[in-house]
Amino acid sequence: MTTATAPAALRLKVPYVASTIGRKVVMAVTGLVLFGFVLVHMIGNLTLYAGPEAMDGYSRFLHTFLHGGGLWIARVVLLTCAVLHVWSAASLTLDSWAARPVGYRLWKAKDSTYASRTMRWGGVILFLFIIFHILNLTLGHFDPGYVPGDVYANVVHAFRQWPVSVFYIVAMFALGLHLDHGVWSLFHTLGFSHPRYKRWLREAARGFAILLVVGNCSFPIAVLAGWVR
Amino acid sequence: MNLTLHVWRQKGPRERGRFVTYRATDVSADMSFLEMLDVVNEGLLLKGEEPIAFDHDCREGICGACGMVINGRPHGPKARTTTCQLHLRSFRDGQELWLEPWRSRAFPVVKDLIVDRGAFDRVIQAGGYISAAIGSAPDANAVPIRKENADLAMDAAACIGCGACVAACPNGSAMLFTAAKISHLGLLAQGQPERYERAAAMVETMDAEGFGSCTNHNECEAACPKGISVAFIARLNADFVRARLTEGRRLEQVGEGGV
Amino acid sequence: MNLDARIPQGPLEQKWARHRAELKLVNPANKRKYTVLMVGSGLAGAGGAASMAELGYEVKCFCYQDSPRRAHSIAAQGGINAAKNYPNDGDSVYRLFYDTVKGGDFRSREANVYRLAEVSVNIIDQCVALGVPFAREYGGLLANRSFGGAQVSRTFYARGQTGQQLLLGAYQALERQVARGKVEMFPRHEMQELIVVDGRARGIVVRDLVTGELEAHLGDAVCLATGGYGNVFFLSTNAKGCNTTAIWRAYKHGAGFANPAFTQIHPTCIPVTGEHQSKLTLMSESLRNDGRIWVPKKQGDTRPPAEIPEDERDYYLERMYPSFGNLAPRDISSRAAKRVCDEGRGVGPGGQGVYLDFAEAIGRLGEDAIREKYGNLFEMYERITAENPYKVPMRIYPASHYTMGGLWVDYNLMSTIPGLFVLGEANFSDHGANRLGASALMQGLADGYFVIPYTIGDYLARTPRHSVSGDHPAVRAAVDAVRARIARLMGIKGKRTPTSFYRELGSLLWERCGMSRNRAGLEEALARIPVLREAFWRDLTVAGEAGELNQSLELAGRVADFLELGELMVRDALAREESCGCHFREEYQTEDGEARRDDARFAHVAVWEYTGEGRAPLRHEEPLTYESVHLATRSYK
Repeated sequence: MTTATAPAALRLKVPYVASTIGRKVVMAVTGLVLFGFVLVHMIGNLTLYAGPEAMDGYSRFLHTFLHGGGLWIARVVLLTCAVLHVWSAASLTLDSWAARPVGYRLWKAKDSTYASRTMRWGGVILFLFIIFHILNLTLGHFDPGYVPGDVYANVVHAFRQWPVSVFYIVAMFALGLHLDHGVWSLFHTLGFSHPRYKRWLREAARGFAILLVVGNCSFPIAVLAGWVR
Repeated sequence: MNLTLHVWRQKGPRERGRFVTYRATDVSADMSFLEMLDVVNEGLLLKGEEPIAFDHDCREGICGACGMVINGRPHGPKARTTTCQLHLRSFRDGQELWLEPWRSRAFPVVKDLIVDRGAFDRVIQAGGYISAAIGSAPDANAVPIRKENADLAMDAAACIGCGACVAACPNGSAMLFTAAKISHLGLLAQGQPERYERAAAMVETMDAEGFGSCTNHNECEAACPKGISVAFIARLNADFVRARLTEGRRLEQVGEGGV
Repeated sequence: MNLDARIPQGPLEQKWARHRAELKLVNPANKRKYTVLMVGSGLAGAGGAASMAELGYEVKCFCYQDSPRRAHSIAAQGGINAAKNYPNDGDSVYRLFYDTVKGGDFRSREANVYRLAEVSVNIIDQCVALGVPFAREYGGLLANRSFGGAQVSRTFYARGQTGQQLLLGAYQALERQVARGKVEMFPRHEMQELIVVDGRARGIVVRDLVTGELEAHLGDAVCLATGGYGNVFFLSTNAKGCNTTAIWRAYKHGAGFANPAFTQIHPTCIPVTGEHQSKLTLMSESLRNDGRIWVPKKQGDTRPPAEIPEDERDYYLERMYPSFGNLAPRDISSRAAKRVCDEGRGVGPGGQGVYLDFAEAIGRLGEDAIREKYGNLFEMYERITAENPYKVPMRIYPASHYTMGGLWVDYNLMSTIPGLFVLGEANFSDHGANRLGASALMQGLADGYFVIPYTIGDYLARTPRHSVSGDHPAVRAAVDAVRARIARLMGIKGKRTPTSFYRELGSLLWERCGMSRNRAGLEEALARIPVLREAFWRDLTVAGEAGELNQSLELAGRVADFLELGELMVRDALAREESCGCHFREEYQTEDGEARRDDARFAHVAVWEYTGEGRAPLRHEEPLTYESVHLATRSYK
C-alpha cells in the first residue's frame, strides 16, 4: 500500500561542513582548542613574574620540546584551527546577513548579551591583534631592541611602549568578551545542554574569561608600573 | 487611551514598502492589540482607504497566524504572549508604536504586515513527521514512554509555528523552530527509527530556505510566545552531529531490487 | 430529496465491520488515476487528505490559512474521548456510544455514533504512533481524565493543547504526503463555488487569496471539511476566519442542510468586556473538574467575591443537578448560567458572568497541583483579564462554540449531491442536538482517518470514470458566478463596513436564536434578516481591488453567506417545536425549566433543501429510529 520513500539521509546533497550546524561545530571545536591555547599561554607567561631565567627557560623548553618539533606541531595545529575558526565565522556571518536583507526600523534586544552581540567585531579585533602580536613578540617587529630568544627582555621592551600595551589591553578585553560567550556557547553547539548545569557552564565561562583578562592584562600593567623591569 | 502607530505598508512582495502613520484614538486599555487595529481598519475603510493587512485567526494564541514586530520586539513587549493576546494595557497612553513585519529572506512580505511562512511547512515536509501509515498503529499503551520524556516532548511540541524565533534572531535563524520539532519527535519512542535522518534532512532544508545560523544569542527563546527553550537547539545539534558523522553503518550500496 | 442514510443492516455492533466488508474497493494500481479535492485542513481535512494519499489517491488540499497547521481544530483544549477503558472504570464502546447519543438528546443516528465510538480506540493508537505527546503517568502509560459530564475517565489529553497536538499529528502526516508528491497543498485558497457536472460534484472554484485569481480545480470527488458555522453569531470562540461559505455553496447546489438550528453554546468562556470585542476565548471545560460555579444569592450584589460569605453564595449547578453538579453537560450549564444572569445575579461588568472558583480545590490539592493541571489556562485567563485566578475566582459566560448542524450526509459521509463528501464539524452526523466535551476531536479524526478512506473508494469504484475538461460549461459557469459575485461586492461602494453588518447579524441571532429561543423572537429575526441582507447588498463598502490580497473583500463574502445561513437557522429553530439539547424553545419546557423533548413529532433530522433565490427552502425529515437505546428523558439531577 505504502511506497517507501528513500531514507532522507541518503538524499542529502550538502556536505557536512557546508551545513550551518557543521560549520558551527567546526567553529566550536577549533574554538575549544584556541581557548585551551590561550589558557596555557597565559599560565606559561606567568613565568614573567619569576624573573628572566624562568621565562627564558620556559621559552627554551618550548623550543626544544620533542627536539624542536613540539612547537611546530603546535603552530600548525593552532594555525589550522585559527584559519578554520575564521573561515566558519566569516561564512556564517555572510549567510546570516543575507538571511535578513531588510532590517528593522526599531529593534530591542532582550536575552542576547553584549558579549554575544560583539562576537563578530570582537573576533575581528582579536584577529588583527594576533597578527600584530606575532609580528611583535615572535618576529620582533615594532621593537628596535628585539633579541631572538631573549623573551623576558623582549616582553618588557614591548610593553614599555604604551601604545603596544594599550592595544594589548584592549585586545584582552575583546578576548574576555569573546570567551564569555564563546566558551559556554561552544558546548551548546556541540550538543551539551542541561538545565541543571547550564548556569554553571555560563558562570565557568565567565570565570575563565575574567581569569584570562586579569592574568594577561597584568603583564603590561606590571611593566608600565615598573614592577617588572 | 490614544496611540500613534507607524505601520509598515507594502502593497505586494515586489513593491517598495514604507511606514505610514496612523492614530488610534479613544481606544480602551481592555482591548486586545488586534482589536485596536480592527478599530483603525474600520476607520480606514470608511474613509475609502485600504485597511492594514495582518495575519490573524484564532485570536487566542494557539494557531500561530498572527505576529508582527511591535516596537522592536516580535509579538510586542510582553513575554510569552502572541500579538493577538497582547492587550493595550501593556502600553502607555500616548505611546508611539512601530509595527513591522517579520524580517527574513525566508519569509518574504506578502502585503503590509503579512509574510509568507511557507518555508516552515517545507522544513516539516523534509522530515518533521513520523511515518506511521494510517491504520498501522499498535495499541497506544504498547510502548511505555518515560513521563519526563513525554513532558519534555510536549514542551517542544507546544511550538505554534508563528516565526517569532526567526524574526527575533539577529541571524534570522530558524533553529528553534526546527529544533522544537526534532526534539518533540526525537524524545518519543515512536520517533526513534527516523530520528537521525530526520535531523539531517530538516537541517538541510532549513539551510536551503535561506535562514541564518545560530550563534546562541537566546533571542528566540525570549521572543517565543510558548517559551520554548534553546536547550532543544543543543539537542538538535547533538542529533545532527550524530546523524552526519556516525550514522550510515551499512557500507555497501543497496543494489537494484535490494531492500 | 433522497435522504436514504444507507445504514447497513444487522446488529449495531456489526454494522461497520459488515459495511467495510461490503464496500467496493478501487484496484491499488488505479487509485492514482483518481483525484480527490479536500477543502479544509483541520483534523478531518488533514487526516482525510493524508489517509487518502497514503492509499494512493491523488489529493489536492485547500485551506484559507497560510498553512494547514493553523486550522481551527488547533484551538481545542480539553481532550479527546476514546473507549479504551485504560482506567478500568467501566467504560466500553457501548457506553461511549450511549453517552454520546444521550448527550445529543437522542437526535443523532445510532449507527453513526456507534461507529464513532468503535473507531475512537484506533484514533488514540494512530495518534500515539504519529507522535502526539499525550499526557502520561509515571509508569509511562497514557493518562486519562474525566471530562465534560462523563462518569468515566476516557479523555486523553496533551496539557490544555490537545487539539493542537492532534492537529499537528495530522498536519505532519499531511506534509509527509506533500513531500511524497501525493498531496498538492493550496494554502491561502478559499473555496468559492462547487462545480457539479451531470449531477455529481466534480470540482471547486477557489480564490487565491494572495493574487485574487480564481482557479477551477477538477477531480473525481470533493470533500468538504470546512468546519462549523458558529461564527454566524459574530462573537464566538471560533477563529476569525471560520466561515460557512464552502458548505453554503454546496447547499445552494442542492446539498441538504441538516439541523442548522443545533448550535452549541459553550458554558466556560471569558465574558465580553466591551463593544470592541472581536471574539471570545474559551476556557477549557476541564476547569469544571475542580472549579465550583457560583453567583451571589442576592440580586445586584457588587461586593468583590472574597467578601461574599459562603452562605450568601449560590452554587447553582450543585444545587440544581446534585449528581453531576459542576460537570453538568454543556447545554444544561450554559442555560443555567443564562438563567441566573437573567435573574440579575450575574457578576462582573454588565452582569454577564458567573464565578468559576478554585479556592476550594487549591485548599484541598494545593496551588502547585492546580498549576500542574491548568497552569496554561490560568495564564491565558490572566493575560486576557489581568486578574489572577489563583487569588480571585474566574468569571465565565457561555459563548457560541460549535455547530452540531451541518450538511446532511449518509452513513458514507456523502451529502445529497453524489460525489460530495462532508467531514468533521461541517457535517451534521454524530452529535445530535448537543455535543459532549472531547467528542469533536474524536469525530474529526474518525471521519478523516477511518471513515472516508473506506467510503470514498466505494463511491469511486461504483462511478464510471470520465474526465471533465476545464472549459466544460459547468466549470465556466461556476467561475463566472464567482467573478460576478465578487464584482457585485466590490461594486456597491456604500457606507457600511462588512464588520458592521456582521456585528448586527450576530447580535440579532444571539438574542433571538441563541441559548434560548421563542416563537416571537424567531419570527422577529426572520423578518429582520432579509432587511439586513438587503441593506448589505445596498450599502456595503469594500476597499482595495479584487485582484490582490484583500481582507475586507474576504470578510464581505463570508458575511454575505452568513446573512443567508442565519435565516435558515432561524427557520429551523422555528420549525422545531420542542426543546432538545442545545435547542431550547421557551414554549417547550417543564415546570422546573428543563427542556421538554417531543419524540412523537420531532425524533427526526430536519433537512433543508434550497429551492432558489427568494423562495422558501423545503424542510424534509429523516426519521431517527432507535433499535438499541431507549429514548429516555435526559436527567443530570
